[in-house]
Amino acid sequence: MHRARKNPFNTMGMHGALILYTLIALFPVFVILVNSFKARKAIFREPLALPDSESFSLIGYQTVMRQGDFFLYFQNSMIVTVASLFFILLFGAMAAYALAEYRFKGNLLLGLYLALGIMIPIRIGTVAILEMMVATGLVNTLWALILVYTAQGLPLAVFILSEFMRQVSDDLKNAGRVDGLSEYTIFFRLVLPLVRPAMATVAVFNMIPIWNDLWFPLILAPSEETKTLTLGSQVFIGQFVTDWNAVLSALSMAILPVLILYVIFSRQLIRGITSGAVK
Amino acid sequence: MSVPRIRWHIIVFLAPAVLVYTAVMIFPLFNTLRLALYSEVEQARVFVGLENFRTLFFDPIWSEQFWNALGNNFWFFLIHMLVQNPIGVALAAILSHPRLRFAALYRSAIFIPTILSFVIVGFAWKLILSPIWGIAPSMLDAVGLKFLFAPWLGKEEYALTTLALVSVWQFVGIPMMLIYAALLSIPEEILEAGELDGITGLSAFWKVKLPLILPSIGIISILTFVGNFNAFDLIYVAQGALAGPNFSTDILGTFMYRTFFGFQLQLGDPHMGSAIAGAMFAIILVGVCIYLFGIQTRMRRYQL
Repeated sequence: MHRARKNPFNTMGMHGALILYTLIALFPVFVILVNSFKARKAIFREPLALPDSESFSLIGYQTVMRQGDFFLYFQNSMIVTVASLFFILLFGAMAAYALAEYRFKGNLLLGLYLALGIMIPIRIGTVAILEMMVATGLVNTLWALILVYTAQGLPLAVFILSEFMRQVSDDLKNAGRVDGLSEYTIFFRLVLPLVRPAMATVAVFNMIPIWNDLWFPLILAPSEETKTLTLGSQVFIGQFVTDWNAVLSALSMAILPVLILYVIFSRQLIRGITSGAVK
Repeated sequence: MSVPRIRWHIIVFLAPAVLVYTAVMIFPLFNTLRLALYSEVEQARVFVGLENFRTLFFDPIWSEQFWNALGNNFWFFLIHMLVQNPIGVALAAILSHPRLRFAALYRSAIFIPTILSFVIVGFAWKLILSPIWGIAPSMLDAVGLKFLFAPWLGKEEYALTTLALVSVWQFVGIPMMLIYAALLSIPEEILEAGELDGITGLSAFWKVKLPLILPSIGIISILTFVGNFNAFDLIYVAQGALAGPNFSTDILGTFMYRTFFGFQLQLGDPHMGSAIAGAMFAIILVGVCIYLFGIQTRMRRYQL
């Protein structure tokens, strides 16, 4: 049908451009991963070669395992991310339901108030956040991070979820009310399961920025016991900056968990973005 | 008239979100702005009005750093607007082509840098651009361009631009995805109507698609603006809190961090730190207002 859209020369050009950009996007990751498995000499002699039986070495990983507490960092990152997501989704869905379902004085105003935080970065308030965390004794605990990330994630979560809550049929909720279900039961049993796809989208959107954040771990929880993987690898690499094997291995170990998460959730993430959830 | 009964469930549903958001986000935000009006004199907090802002804008030592950071921040933003967003739009335009094979594969691969942390991105590029390792010079050598190589991150005149381009490399996936979504939502009938009038290929992009995705480009611009003006992590990872060489990569985020926490011999000063945060807040607010009232309302939205 469309001659212009079938031109084979065009198709080749398009693939060429995409392949070129894909190479640019993946090249640094590839170089880091490949060289983390090589002995020091081979890293410098042939940085682009794959490790072979002669150049293969795990010495970098051994240093990382011996010197850094990467399992603890990983565990901290995991706790912070999962707990923050849990609170963002629970509190966000509850607030979104109240805003979408009930008419009450100040509904619109409250919605706008919560939406303020979509555009204003929470980092602006860092000085006072640190003061507050010091005053409440939460500094150097994972709770400090969980609270900050929950507050940071709520505005967008409420915004997206209330859009979806409005689409849940009234008949269903009213049927529940006729059956004498409480408002809480209607929300948790009837409405929440229906907005699960939207909840997944919100979770995936929030997951990566929380996992990757350096600013708040650096300021609120820099102690050895509460370091997240991002901060832990930053400090570790800073200390071992001349030990290339260790640096490359630490970087690879930081890349791996995100890459695995991405492979699991990329469909959800891309569907979330492309379905216009952030319009 | 009956007294309206309090519907407790509404309060229960709203309370956790409103409380956490207010206590951890809104209250500290205003408290930071308030702290900017104080100073520490003999270990006591005293109200000094706008004195800190006067120091920041006009005191020779402070103002030089502040305007340097602000100027650098605008340059950082400009590079994102001129490089990241056009590349993102171009990639999206190619990807949205009907019947392009492997589109999902390209899309997922190009998005990978966006999911990596600044720590990984900063160090990875630092290693690749390092003259010691020599990956960048030997690759340039392979295409006969070795004379172009310089230790970019170590040179005052190149370091900021280099870091901005690294950041572009990392975040190009976001405009790509959003524009891709916008392009997919254009109905086929409109494109076919254009084809009947002989508008195909590139001219279809410029004349038909681009006007339709302008609102998405507006959203991307404001997201880029807000993201760039509270950026910190990449510069800190690659160049440290001193944002070297010689403060040439200093932006507002690193300037605020240094002022707040102190560095080398200078003690940390939460009040001056708050003043810088106040300036950042004002800049972001102005940007968001320009977008909301100046751009978004005037942009023609086409009913699709």
